Amino acid sequence: MRNWFKSGEPWIWMTAGAVALSLVMVYAVVWLTAARGLTHFWPHPVVQTTFTDSDGKAVRVIGELHDEEEVSLLRLREAGFKIDGKDKFTTRYLFKLGNRDITGNDFKWLPLPLLGKFEYPQDVLTLERREWGNFYGHLKEVKEEGKVVAAGADAWPELQKRLARSSALFKQIYHLEKVEIGNVNYALEKLRLKERKLELQQRLTEADKAAIAAQRAQLQAEFLALQEKLEKLRHEIKRDSLTAEIADGRSIDIPLANVADAYLANAMTTPQKVQHYGRKLWEFISDDPREANTEGGIFPAIFGTVLMVILMAVLVTPLGIMAAIYMREYAKQGPLIRIIRISVNNLAGVPSIVYGVFGLGFFVYFLGHNIDQLFYPEAAPAPVFGSPGILWASLTLALLTLPVVIVATEEGLARVPRSIREGSLALGATKAETLWRTVLPIASPAMMTGLILAVARAAGEVAPLMLVGVVKLAPSLPLDGNFPFLHLERKFMHLGFHIYDVGFQSPNIEAARPLVYATALLLVLIIVVLNLFAIRLRHRLREKMRGLEGV
Amino acid sequence: MNANPDKTHAMQFGDLGRAPLEPTNDHVLHVERLNLFYGDNHALKNVDLQIPRNRVTAFIGPSGCGKSTLLRCFNRMNDLVDNCRIEGRILLDGKNIYDHDVNVALLRRRVGMVFQKPNPFPKSIYENVAYGLRIMGVNDRATLDEAVERALRGAALWDEVKDRLDESGMSLSGGQQQRLVIARAIALQPEVLLLDEPCSALDPISTAKIEELIDELKSTFTIIIVTHNMQQAARISDVTAYMYLGELIEFGATDTIFIKPADKRTEDYITGRFG
Repeated sequence: MRNWFKSGEPWIWMTAGAVALSLVMVYAVVWLTAARGLTHFWPHPVVQTTFTDSDGKAVRVIGELHDEEEVSLLRLREAGFKIDGKDKFTTRYLFKLGNRDITGNDFKWLPLPLLGKFEYPQDVLTLERREWGNFYGHLKEVKEEGKVVAAGADAWPELQKRLARSSALFKQIYHLEKVEIGNVNYALEKLRLKERKLELQQRLTEADKAAIAAQRAQLQAEFLALQEKLEKLRHEIKRDSLTAEIADGRSIDIPLANVADAYLANAMTTPQKVQHYGRKLWEFISDDPREANTEGGIFPAIFGTVLMVILMAVLVTPLGIMAAIYMREYAKQGPLIRIIRISVNNLAGVPSIVYGVFGLGFFVYFLGHNIDQLFYPEAAPAPVFGSPGILWASLTLALLTLPVVIVATEEGLARVPRSIREGSLALGATKAETLWRTVLPIASPAMMTGLILAVARAAGEVAPLMLVGVVKLAPSLPLDGNFPFLHLERKFMHLGFHIYDVGFQSPNIEAARPLVYATALLLVLIIVVLNLFAIRLRHRLREKMRGLEGV
Repeated sequence: MNANPDKTHAMQFGDLGRAPLEPTNDHVLHVERLNLFYGDNHALKNVDLQIPRNRVTAFIGPSGCGKSTLLRCFNRMNDLVDNCRIEGRILLDGKNIYDHDVNVALLRRRVGMVFQKPNPFPKSIYENVAYGLRIMGVNDRATLDEAVERALRGAALWDEVKDRLDESGMSLSGGQQQRLVIARAIALQPEVLLLDEPCSALDPISTAKIEELIDELKSTFTIIIVTHNMQQAARISDVTAYMYLGELIEFGATDTIFIKPADKRTEDYITGRFG
């Protein structure tokens, strides 16, 4: 035994065990988020069965199975279920019943002993609606202006045809509202600000007034024209509707304008399911969120996260590198620089919410407010930079990650061999020339390391962002087609905050849960992609330095 | 400070008179009563010597005797060391290099240096050799091409690398790297070339090549070499200085120093009684 200890083998086991444990945990994180998040987009079969309620009456139930668990009969009996038998435990199922607007609750746990036979009828229709969540029922009729145009077996092909039409109309309406009317509104607002600015400067002449009024009249005419077009489209999309029989036998009318997607889940073949899965996944990545973020996509959050990280990197890299160069290369190494270095290191340990508070107090209220007063007096009392926005969020994160970049760069500079510096100086290069031509290129992989760490930290940070610019739902992206294209003062959405919002602030937690996992997986993927990009760059830099010690 | 300055002085001139190579009165560097302190440590004590032009001068002596420190005084490399203080003068062609109006960068172009360990930059072979010229502001491709080829030929490296000038200088062998570094230094066409134990990190074959190269280079440059290897000093140098504990003990023609040293301490070192 003693010899075994002496041989060092326990150490090998211990250290290898630590590696194994880390790997298992990383794997578990990815597996859990992937398993819970990605299965959400697969079309769930729809179960039809009966449930014996407390009066002994059998009620029809239609819905998707989402979960099952072991539960004690005692507990179920206490909850009011009348179940006979001597077993202590039984299974209960979580049904997604949908039809939230009609029946009130769309998720329900039902115990197995009270359920009838599970059937999978081919004609059960699943509707994804733009409001009120999913709908399940048997398709009966398709109507145009209230008149039945197809019923029975003909209803489904007819529905598909008419759904294509209504989707196309919906897209037109969306484009009209978001882009065209949005642009006119933006132009009108700019015009108002221009007028107000001239007024404040007391340079508003009659000629200006007339010109502005003319422009305004033109824009308003455009606006009215668009409005009219919109009304027409809205009227057209209202034309069709469908009738379906829900679980309790009632017939429900649903306008096609409210239907985002319709499919017969039980009748789908595997290739159809795969196609459906791909489409849903793409929608998730590329669409705007719906229904208080519990449905639809997360594109604005992805966009916001990436843009913010890029802005952060652009801000923090030059600042951190320059600070590190001064501290390592120029400053006299004494007690003062040591205190500064310790302070910088400690800055990395400050809780991120503190940076958020600082960002809000300094960047938003102080800097932003003063910028507004100096440059945007015409917008008052509405703030421009004086309210949280993507610029302030990026700056706050740049501050948060500054120590990482400084420390990494300093270490890189310290590792540049003295012999290389002397070699350059001996050839008649000045200190600055040596720095630019030799030292900095050699230290560049270390700078990349700093940037990689900074990006990883910034992309995953949520707490400070809630104070300085992230919102639950941003009306427009910080980058669009209106001059000056990059709107740094705008609020934005962020994946990390989106996870928090969907997971904890959602009105419909059961429906939102898979999206939490899917969003988490996507956040991890984005950080991995950003990091891989930076690591690749670092690798290429390192290749050039190969053979140099300690770099 | 100096134990017997008169004696050292006398030896210096006397020995030079017996040097076998002519001319001997043409000196590039004059060191006059040089004292160097690292903080409180008196590293060089009253050194006086003169480096003959187009000759190889070797500095020998046990570790820590100050020979490298003295070498680094000639291109003011000691400026980089904190709390290093220098008294006395070093004249390069009559001008004190420690005067305030001296441009150190220009001085280092005139007095090139090669270090103990090969230290090529992590750049291509071409860019390594062109480095000093680019610093001087030479960017014309044809001029650079010509200078790089001339320097690499001068360092006897051209034939080995002419087909792969774009490869990293780091990819060469140790001996090739050291010749690359020499090429880098002579590309600037300096007057003096300082070699700080240039062969100590090399194998015997590479060492032989470098020694051969030094012999060729001395027709163009004045060479000062610090070496631990006494056979090497005897083989390649025309003039030898023996240093001990910061003092210049004996300075004269290599043959004299090695065959009939005037000082007992030199004799002890050369015959291997210590060192």
